[in-house]
Amino acid sequence: MTTSGWTDRIDNPMTAKLRDPATAGYTGLLLAAFAAFLAIPPIEARSIVWSILVGLIAAFLGVWTASRGRVRLGIGAVVAGLVGMGLGILATHSGTTNLEAVFNSSLIAQMFAFSTPLVFGAIAGMFSERSGVINIGLEGMMLMGAFWGVYGADKGGNWVVGIFVGALSGALLATLYAYFAIHLRANQIVGGTAVNFLALGITGYFFFQLYHGNYVSQGVSTIPNVKIPFLADTHFLGPAIGDLNLMIWAGFVLVIVSYIVLFKTPIGLRIRACGEHPRAADTVGINVFTIRYGAVILSGILAALGGVYLSDGFGGGTFNDNMTEGRGFIALAAMIFGNWRPFGAFGAALLFGLSSAVALRLQVYSSSASTLFNVLPYVLTLIAVGGVIGRTVPPAADGRPYSKQ
Amino acid sequence: MSELEPTGPPEESEPPSGQTPSVAASMALKQRAGGLIVPVLTAVIAFVIGGLVVLATGHNPLLAYRDIFNGAGLNWIFHPTTNVASTAAYNLSQTLLQTTTLILCGLAVAFAFRCGMFNIGGQGQYFIGLYTANWLGYEFQGMKPLPHILIAVIGATLAGAAWAGIAGVLKATVGAHEVISTIMLNWIAIWVGEWLFGDGGPLQNAANPTVPISNDVANSAQLPVFWGQKELQGLHVGFFVALGALVVFSLILNRTTLGYEVRAVGFNPEAAAYGGINVRKNLVRAMAISGAFAGLAGALDMLGYLYHFGQSDIPASSVGFLGIAVALLGRNTAVGVGLASLLFGALLFGTTHGLQSGVSSIDPELAGNLTYIIQGLVVLFVGADILILSVWNARKKVRLRGGRTAEAAA
Repeated sequence: MTTSGWTDRIDNPMTAKLRDPATAGYTGLLLAAFAAFLAIPPIEARSIVWSILVGLIAAFLGVWTASRGRVRLGIGAVVAGLVGMGLGILATHSGTTNLEAVFNSSLIAQMFAFSTPLVFGAIAGMFSERSGVINIGLEGMMLMGAFWGVYGADKGGNWVVGIFVGALSGALLATLYAYFAIHLRANQIVGGTAVNFLALGITGYFFFQLYHGNYVSQGVSTIPNVKIPFLADTHFLGPAIGDLNLMIWAGFVLVIVSYIVLFKTPIGLRIRACGEHPRAADTVGINVFTIRYGAVILSGILAALGGVYLSDGFGGGTFNDNMTEGRGFIALAAMIFGNWRPFGAFGAALLFGLSSAVALRLQVYSSSASTLFNVLPYVLTLIAVGGVIGRTVPPAADGRPYSKQ
Repeated sequence: MSELEPTGPPEESEPPSGQTPSVAASMALKQRAGGLIVPVLTAVIAFVIGGLVVLATGHNPLLAYRDIFNGAGLNWIFHPTTNVASTAAYNLSQTLLQTTTLILCGLAVAFAFRCGMFNIGGQGQYFIGLYTANWLGYEFQGMKPLPHILIAVIGATLAGAAWAGIAGVLKATVGAHEVISTIMLNWIAIWVGEWLFGDGGPLQNAANPTVPISNDVANSAQLPVFWGQKELQGLHVGFFVALGALVVFSLILNRTTLGYEVRAVGFNPEAAAYGGINVRKNLVRAMAISGAFAGLAGALDMLGYLYHFGQSDIPASSVGFLGIAVALLGRNTAVGVGLASLLFGALLFGTTHGLQSGVSSIDPELAGNLTYIIQGLVVLFVGADILILSVWNARKKVRLRGGRTAEAAA
C-alpha cells in the first residue's frame, strides 16, 4: 500500500536519534548495568524477577541493535544484559534452593528446546516474506506439522516418516495458500488468517477422527536426542548442550544454511529481488511466480518441521488440540524483531525461548511473575513495530501480489 | 507490512497494477461485481467442501448437516413457539445468544475494514471488554441495576476502544502495520487474562483462592433475560443492543461526516488527505470505534450470561476471530454482518452443545472442528473473489451455450 503522504515520519533530530540502532545498543548497556544494581541499595529489589526482566530487555535491545547494522555493540549489549542479570540475581541473596530450581545448566537446554519451533518458524517466515509474500499462516502450517508429524511417526513406525509426513502436510497447506496469494492475488493477510482457521479445523477434526481426542498411543517413535560422548558427562556443559534433540541441532544448521542461501547464492539473490522489486526481477528474466511459489512452499515445510519437533521431539510423541498455542505468531514476531535476517531472527527466537523457559521456572516464586515473562515477547514486538526505537525494514514489495504484464 | 517504513524504492516506480488494492477498494469491487452472489456461493462452496471432508471420513454429510441445523434450533421455523421447554426453541435462543456476540465482533472487523484496516485483534478487544465488565460488575455491589449495568457496559466499551486505539495510534503516528500490532495485542490480552484470573491475580475469585476463576458479576449488573430462564442461559436483552448496533453502524458510515471521512480514507488515503481529511485522526477514530464494538460484545457476554470467566475459558474462546469471517462474508455491511452472524451463530451452537452426543450422526467434537474448517474456507474464498466469480461466470457460460445449442436444435 502507499507509504508517502500521511505516513511521513516526523523526522526531527530527536526522533532520528531514537531510531538510530546505536541508541538501542547503548540503552541496552545501561539497562544491563541497571539489572546488576537493582538488587543492591538504594533500590534493593527483593525479588529476582526484576533483575531478570531488565537483563532480558537489555539483551533484546542488543539483538535489535545487532540485526540492524551495529553488530559488535549489539552483541556487547546481549552479553552485558545476561551478565547484569546474573549479577543482579547473585546480589538478591534470595532463597538459594529456589534459585537453583530456576537457574541451572539445564535452563540453557530448555531455552533451546523452547526456541527451536520459533527458529524454524521465523526462518520459514523469512523466506516467504523475503520473496514478497506475507505469511500470517505460519501458526497453521506449524500446527499441521505437529499433528501429521506425530501421525506419520505413529503409523509409519519411525520418526523419519513423521518428519516427512509433517513436512508434506505443511507443504500442501502452503501450496494452497500460495495459489490464493500468488495466482489469485487474494489479500495475503486474509489468506493467511484462513490458513490458520483451516489448520485448526483440519488437525482438530482428524485428531478426533483418528485418535478420538486422546493422547496419541504410547510407544510412538520420537525424534532422538544427540548425546555428545565427551560432553554429556561434563559438569556444566553436559546438561546444557550434551544431550539436545536432533531438531535443535538441525535448527542451528538451518540458520547458517539459510544465511548462506539468502545472501551468498544466486537463488537467494533472486528471492530477495522478488521481494524488493518484482518488476525489475521479471525484467531480467526471473520467474517471479516460480520463486514465490518455491519460497512459500519452503516456508510451509520449515514451519511444519518446527511443529513436528513440537509434537514428536519436545512433546515426546503427543498431540493436543491447538498445540502450537500461538508459537507461530511468536515466530513471526521473532522474524520482525530480527529485521528479516537469519541471525537476527535466531537471536530473537533464542531470547523469546529463554523468556518462556524462565517463565515456566519462575512459577516456584509466583505465577504473576511467570505471566510477566510470557507477555514479554509480545510487548517487545509491539514496541518494535511501533518503531519507538530503531527501525524495522521489511522487504519493499512484501504483501503485494504481482501481476505479469 | 509493506507500509511499516517509507524506505526502499520509490512507490512511483511500481505500476499501479502491481499494487495491492486497499482492502476497502477491493471490497467495493466485489460489491459491484457480485452483489449477493459471491457471499452466498462462498458459503455454499465452503459447506460442500466441509461435507466432502465429512463424507471422506465415513459419515453422512447430509445427516450431519441436518443434525447441525436442528442442533442450532433452526427447525424452530417449522413449529414456532416461545416456550423454551421445546428443544428447538431452546436451541434457537442459544443460537441467537451466539449471534449477539458475533454481530458485534463482526462489526468490529467490518468498521476497520471500511477505513482500509484489518483489525485482526477483535479477540483481544473482546477479552478486554469481558475483563472490564467483570471487574465493574463485581465492584459497586448494591447499586441500582440500571446505573450499574450502564457503568459496566460503557466502561467495557471504552476499554475495548482504548485497546484497539493503541493499534490505531501506532498506525497513525509511526505507520506500524495494524495487523502485527493487533496480533500482539491479542496475545497480551490473553496473558493479561491469565494473570487477572490466575493464582493471586486481582480479579481472581475471593471466596475460592485456589480456583483460577473470576468473581461472579453482581445481580444488579446482570442483564434481564427476555426469552428463557436466567439459570439456563436465556436470551438477554443484549440481543436488541446488537441489533441496534447494526443500525448504528450503518448510520455512522452512511449518514455522518465521520463515516464519510472513514470511508474516504478507506478508499484512498492519499486522495482523502488531498481533500482535506485528517487521515491520522480517522485511522485512530476508526480503530477505536472498531474496538468499542468488540468491547461491547465482551460486556454483553459477561453481563448477559457468562457472569464469570476462568483461565481455562480463555483459550476456548474464538468469537473474536469468527468476527473476521462474519465481516468478510457479510461484505462489511450491516445487513450482511447480521445474516453472516446468524449463520455462524447457528454453526457455533449447532455443532457443539446443540448436538446430542451419541444420538446425532456426527460427534460434537468432529462437528466443532468442522466449524473451523468451514470458517477457514469461507475466509479463504472471500479473499479470492476472482475464483468465485469465475465459477459463477462459468456456470452462466454453460447455461448460455446450452441455450444456444437448444436453439440450434430447434
